[in-house]
Amino acid sequence: MITPDVIAKHGITPEEYERIREILGRDPNFTELGVFSVMWSEHCSYKNSKLELKKFPTTGPRVLVKAGEENAGVIDIGDGWAIAFKMESHNHPSAVEPFQGAATGVGGIIRDIFTMGARPVFSMNSLRFGDIRGDSAEARTNRRLFAGVVAGISHYGNCIGIPTIGGEVYFDDSYAGNPLVNVFCLGVLRHDQIARGGAVGIGNPVFYVGAETGRDGLAGAAFASRELTEESKEDRPAVQVGDPFREKLLLEACLELLASGCAAGIQDMGAAGLTCSTCETASRGGTGVEIDVNLVPKREAGMTPYEILLSESQERMLVIVNKGEEDKVRAIFEKWDLPYAEVGVVNDDGMMRVREGDSTAVEIPARKLADDAPLYSREAAEKRPPAPLDLAQIPEADCLAALPTLLSHPSIASKRWVWRQYDHMVRLGATVLPGSDAAVFIVREANKILAASTDCNAIYCRQDPREGAKIAVAEAARNIACTGAVPLALTDNLNFGNPHKPENFLQLREAVEGMAEACRKFDTPVTGGNVSLYNESPAGAIDPTPTVGMVGIVEDPKHITTQFFKADGDVIILIGEPGDELGASHYLLAIHGLKAGPPPRLDYDRELAVQNAVRSLIRMELVASAHDCAEGGLAVTLAESCMSGEKNLGACVEIPSGATRADIPLFNESQSRIVISVKPAEAAGVLSFLAERGVPASQVGTVNCGNNLDISTAGKSFSWPLDELGETWGSTISRLMED
Amino acid sequence: MKFAVLRFPGSNCDQDCIHALNAIPGASADYVWHKDTSLAGFDAVVVPGGFSYGDYLRCGAIARFSPVMKSVKEFANAGGPVIGICNGFQILCESGLLPGALVRNRGLHFVCEHVNLRVEQHDSRFTNAAWTGQILNIPIAHGEGCYFAEDETLERLRINGQVLLRYCDEQGRAADEANPNGSRENIAGIRNEAGNVFGLMPHPERACDPLLGSTDGLHIFKSILKG
Repeated sequence: MITPDVIAKHGITPEEYERIREILGRDPNFTELGVFSVMWSEHCSYKNSKLELKKFPTTGPRVLVKAGEENAGVIDIGDGWAIAFKMESHNHPSAVEPFQGAATGVGGIIRDIFTMGARPVFSMNSLRFGDIRGDSAEARTNRRLFAGVVAGISHYGNCIGIPTIGGEVYFDDSYAGNPLVNVFCLGVLRHDQIARGGAVGIGNPVFYVGAETGRDGLAGAAFASRELTEESKEDRPAVQVGDPFREKLLLEACLELLASGCAAGIQDMGAAGLTCSTCETASRGGTGVEIDVNLVPKREAGMTPYEILLSESQERMLVIVNKGEEDKVRAIFEKWDLPYAEVGVVNDDGMMRVREGDSTAVEIPARKLADDAPLYSREAAEKRPPAPLDLAQIPEADCLAALPTLLSHPSIASKRWVWRQYDHMVRLGATVLPGSDAAVFIVREANKILAASTDCNAIYCRQDPREGAKIAVAEAARNIACTGAVPLALTDNLNFGNPHKPENFLQLREAVEGMAEACRKFDTPVTGGNVSLYNESPAGAIDPTPTVGMVGIVEDPKHITTQFFKADGDVIILIGEPGDELGASHYLLAIHGLKAGPPPRLDYDRELAVQNAVRSLIRMELVASAHDCAEGGLAVTLAESCMSGEKNLGACVEIPSGATRADIPLFNESQSRIVISVKPAEAAGVLSFLAERGVPASQVGTVNCGNNLDISTAGKSFSWPLDELGETWGSTISRLMED
Repeated sequence: MKFAVLRFPGSNCDQDCIHALNAIPGASADYVWHKDTSLAGFDAVVVPGGFSYGDYLRCGAIARFSPVMKSVKEFANAGGPVIGICNGFQILCESGLLPGALVRNRGLHFVCEHVNLRVEQHDSRFTNAAWTGQILNIPIAHGEGCYFAEDETLERLRINGQVLLRYCDEQGRAADEANPNGSRENIAGIRNEAGNVFGLMPHPERACDPLLGSTDGLHIFKSILKG
């Protein structure tokens, strides 16, 4: 029955099979082989990335639960309160079935959070699709995927009542056929409420609660650890179906259960379902767990132990109950109308044992299964720095036309069409609505104000993964600083191609090292996250996309700051240098069709000085608006500050530049720049404050109540009517999607 | 005044309503579980938003059969004030406490945004703290908020002054462009004939704190307090 062919179909190498034989002291049976295949998939074991992930800083004075210890890291936010947050990918399911793929991604990350004992309070997401413009079959597919993913996130998040308050969406050919759906959730809890996922207490009963187990999502973790091919559509059974209503009941029941003190341990059934939750709880508890699949609530008859163990049906939890408290636990599950069953017991033999009535289906040492997956350091290609940009080869574009073209690029255009579909206001927290640099949210339970941002510029990472990953961290911190907040910690989602290809593994290693270095500099430990490899379509690997989800804290509601201009006459100040780096810019991409040149350099000292200065000025209540300068450079930054508020405000700006061509000062993406506006009477004081700290800054213009953005630079003057810019920026995506 | 905030499985604005009401001087609020049958001790009932019973079958269609709704009907028939917000409005329509129905938004998408509402009638138990013609800025968040009723019903609503809120533009015009969901006659909120049951799609509880951009929702709750 266990032929080399069967082993290969489970994605297990001959060497790994030998290792399994050593662990068991015998050949595995078919069910056990299935169990190993999902637990040792990249998705569950991180076997190709773990050695790299160890490079991340994971400790700090605020870290209460470290990355990897439990389902999500936990960070102290003061006054006895803490937050648990994490980001996770659902890329492959979304490629095959965008609505359910994205919806169950949201459901999964929410479960990770309430498993920690935290009440989920908001979500975000980071999405990537192929180009949605044009009439090609590919563009239509990309639009279908985009619409489906947004609808799926909206469906699940809105129904469960957790606001989706921000995120990012980019469109690029490299994601055609392999979209990225990275979802983030944050929950809040008291320090003494942290729940653990260990099977502790010999003799404690093991309860199953939540949706019945069906044949949906069979071996989804293994599916996620393969490249997408033409045949992937046939893997549709590996995509699960989500039920946000069930999850809402599960969420309320679990929080009530954890508050009751009746649970000794709790673990959600996500990837690898019942398999993962039993062996991981046993491994964490240093115990064994024995369950009987006959007792598991099932949706259909005739399911084999193999199917029950590998099912990834959604909205299920495993709970270790303190012996003697069973009746209280039953009462809670019955109150919430949830299916449940006592399915097993914690024992002291260290085994994950699965019975089917009287016969034993699986018997594997739990710790070895959960924690002893093989670890690989794959071969990395040799590092080649990106070729320098030869500006002589790049003609200066018609800059008057270039700005509207950039603003109508779907990656830069307003995402209102997206976030209007998300309930971002439930839970009474969204004090800065989507569309500013970072979302700002009042956590009512804890009376704390958090800022959160997701960031990654994949063109930078494609050109230089190390620099790109550093900039992702820096930009997230900068976005957080612009709201008036201090960064606390971050979660990451590392999206790369097949690690067996040396050039992809090099990207992974470079990005991890760059990100790790930046996290140390910004004092933001990594609380956990997710690795998604094998992001390839028949056309090749995606651009490396190490996404960062960073959280910060605002100390006083008076400090909350947004990106758009506020009042006629306010003075516009550029903090940072005007810059001159066009490499890897969206200007090159959108206007010249190029991904070329090195990404901009990041100088940590400069970056920190700029961020600290802006935060100080905000705390002195001197800043009316603050906007990070990113894709599209200063011209796009200024246009957004004019247009993203309730009503348009004009601006008249002069960008100092020694350049002989205007595209450089307008569209370069040099780092460490923030555009602020201040009251006229404060301008001199703000400039001298910045000068004292050695932070370069210049007064570049004023806000007016006219209807134009006027910029002069490099000996040229431009004037853009805001009505026209606003129309192209504001309606591009809805036009593409609705027409 | 003590408000009962109903809690169905799938309610998700219940905590928000409790938070907003408890912050208003003179008001206090507590949960009532959907399996409970007593509303004794409460002066007003809030049917909050969310997705009661997952909104499977049809929005609000299952909630109407829950034990607590029987008590709500008795409470309403006895003249007690009942306000249904969003999914709560849908439930009140399904229960027959309010006429008409709420169907899929015109644009088919879920829509979450601040909208302008024109107060049509200040002579009511739910709008007496505002004035007729006043424009309120209150958010909406729904996928099925398009108010539909037969012509005769609309006629009756008009004659009886039962339409309390309409979607409008910044100038207060009930224009089609200001209608976020295709509701007939831009209707955003109606009361019953007796005047003690009110349903609206916008969320007043989300507009009670200056940090959330508007405090216009307070007009609705304060009206109930004024009685």
